[in-house]
Amino acid sequence: METKKSRRIRYAAGFSALIILAAFLFAVNIVMGSSRISFGETADILFGSAPDSPAKKIITDIRLPRTAAAMLLGGALAVSGFLLQCFFDNPIAGPYVLGISSGAKLAVAAVMISSLKHGIILGSWVMVLASFVGSLVSMGLILLISGKVKNMAQLIISGVMIGYICSSITEIAVTFADDANIVNLHNWSMGSFSGTDMEDVKIIAVIVLVGTVAAFLMSKPLSAYQLGESYAANLGIDLKLFRLLLILISSLLSACVTAFAGPVSFVGVAVPHLMKSLFGTAKPIVIIPASFIGGAAVCMLCDLAARLIFSPTELSISTVTAVFGAPVVIVIMLRRESQRRRG
Amino acid sequence: MPESISKAVTAENISVGYGKVTVAGGISFIVEKGEILTLIGPNGAGKSTVLKSISAQLPLLGGKVFINGDELSAVGAKKLSKELALVLTERIHSERMTCRDIASTGRYPYTGRLGLLTEEDEKAVDEAMTLTGVSHLADVDFREISDGQRQCVMLARAIAQQPDVLLLDEPTSFLDINHKLGLLSLLRKLTKQKNIAVIQSLHELDLAQRFSDKLVCIKDKQAVLVGSPEEVFSGNFIEELYGIENGSFHNSYCIVEPQGTNGVPEVFVIGGGGKAIPVYRELNRKGIPFAAGIIHENDIEYPAASSLASVLFTENAYEPIGEKNIKAALKVLEKCSRVICCHESFGTMNGGNAVLRDKAIEIGSIVTN
Repeated sequence: METKKSRRIRYAAGFSALIILAAFLFAVNIVMGSSRISFGETADILFGSAPDSPAKKIITDIRLPRTAAAMLLGGALAVSGFLLQCFFDNPIAGPYVLGISSGAKLAVAAVMISSLKHGIILGSWVMVLASFVGSLVSMGLILLISGKVKNMAQLIISGVMIGYICSSITEIAVTFADDANIVNLHNWSMGSFSGTDMEDVKIIAVIVLVGTVAAFLMSKPLSAYQLGESYAANLGIDLKLFRLLLILISSLLSACVTAFAGPVSFVGVAVPHLMKSLFGTAKPIVIIPASFIGGAAVCMLCDLAARLIFSPTELSISTVTAVFGAPVVIVIMLRRESQRRRG
Repeated sequence: MPESISKAVTAENISVGYGKVTVAGGISFIVEKGEILTLIGPNGAGKSTVLKSISAQLPLLGGKVFINGDELSAVGAKKLSKELALVLTERIHSERMTCRDIASTGRYPYTGRLGLLTEEDEKAVDEAMTLTGVSHLADVDFREISDGQRQCVMLARAIAQQPDVLLLDEPTSFLDINHKLGLLSLLRKLTKQKNIAVIQSLHELDLAQRFSDKLVCIKDKQAVLVGSPEEVFSGNFIEELYGIENGSFHNSYCIVEPQGTNGVPEVFVIGGGGKAIPVYRELNRKGIPFAAGIIHENDIEYPAASSLASVLFTENAYEPIGEKNIKAALKVLEKCSRVICCHESFGTMNGGNAVLRDKAIEIGSIVTN
């Protein structure tokens, strides 16, 4: 039982807590790292006029863009995951488990390798475009399969398989690519927020904010779509257009992540679910912004862990997000099963 | 009021189906506001397809549908969503939604860009939930209530949409008998109170007979009859509509009886007035062929007796039992090993049955019931 008033309090408290947490993690990510830079010095570099120094370089050229990327891309992943969950009416859908990230990865790797071969260095926008095309191709495959299988687990298994196929092809391509950039390529294909610069962050910010705002503006038709297609159509929604927009937005968001950070696992599945539990609702108008902030916080936390646990050696981001995200997926499946049994 | 406005829905010779496959055709009907029209017919006859086509979820394969006088294909999706609401059979997968959340989705066509509810919207939702008697469930999770309550919440959702036409696909399917009656009574009340036209499909013929103003009967891909319950439930129409082979159907109270046991009667039942019905049923259950009589053709137990007895003696309505009839019955009675008499005394019209009873006493086969 929850009344309107208690709900409002819960929303306000939830959002406040998330924002505080995200801000805190943002600060921690900038202050902490393998080179020790004190809090005072960091503040001075960021807000004062500290002279050029290695410390300033580390803060402004490495940690700040990396943290900003983790924040924005984490938010994008979670929003993308929520959109896919609504689309497929499947609580464990997400860009990674459905193989969409892997398709994007394959496309980006192919474009990177062939351009490097010819000595061309492509801009970030081209990478995003390649990633977007790769996402859409994987999405197309999943849509074809979803027309045939209605079972939630079967769809996910198909997605995981598509993911494996794409990853294998990527691995083969990376193995045979003979270039000095191979190490970067390998790191990227495992998933990492490292190596992002401020120029990238600007591009990321534009794409992610446009995508997230677009998703937020779709929260009304999404809420109707949650009742099922027939009711949504009856409420005046143009289903074809709505589905197309949903696919484009979710693919754009996850493509942006893959282009800059490689595939990042489980954030897309786990964060929307955690937000639904935290806010006690699945209303898109609440869950989309909550997922964005929550995804940002989770990715910043996971990136911090990836950097610090075995510092100076870095873990790939997916290694950390999987440890946190996979158990959430198991919990969702178990809860579904018990609900089904209860009828 | 111009004629076209009071007629909420007009279907003119429509054909419905998927893609190029016609599921049902040649269907025409008119539903006015405040009326309930029910689609009946065998499984797979196309009742749901008709509903989907009227709600513009499937394109019409032929003919025309008018909603409030406007042709359906010309009414925009936005306008239609304020004129027509749905209650479907399929259960919705709600996730963390209260009953009020569900009902509120009916306000969708009236809210702004972000779908936030205004005071007016909230009032419409409150009113709809009160009308369908689910206000007390407002803050309860939709997944935690019973099927009957769920259907009332879905109805509240549709009412909150403030439609002129309400389509319901087998609204009573998952409900127990009390909730079936409750839902249909509520629907009848709403059509009058809110001046809504209802088009629904039903499997329960007894309920269709009692809660419909008009019926559309669909069989073999076409509407075979459109008419009042009195027209539809007459003669052998229903038996033919459903191709009933495994029993019999009786119009007046919409009852069914299983097949009787054929063969040489072992028992003779002296019945009438409904007292012998339990005896007929018991003999039918045990598979014992029996004779029954002599009952009048307007007797309440006539439908049961005519379906279940292997031999039945009847007299014309309001006539005393005639000599010829008694003689014929005696012939059969004498060969039965048991005679069950359900009466202690007889009146003017069924006095002839006393002869049968006395004969049974004489030959010692009587068993009083």
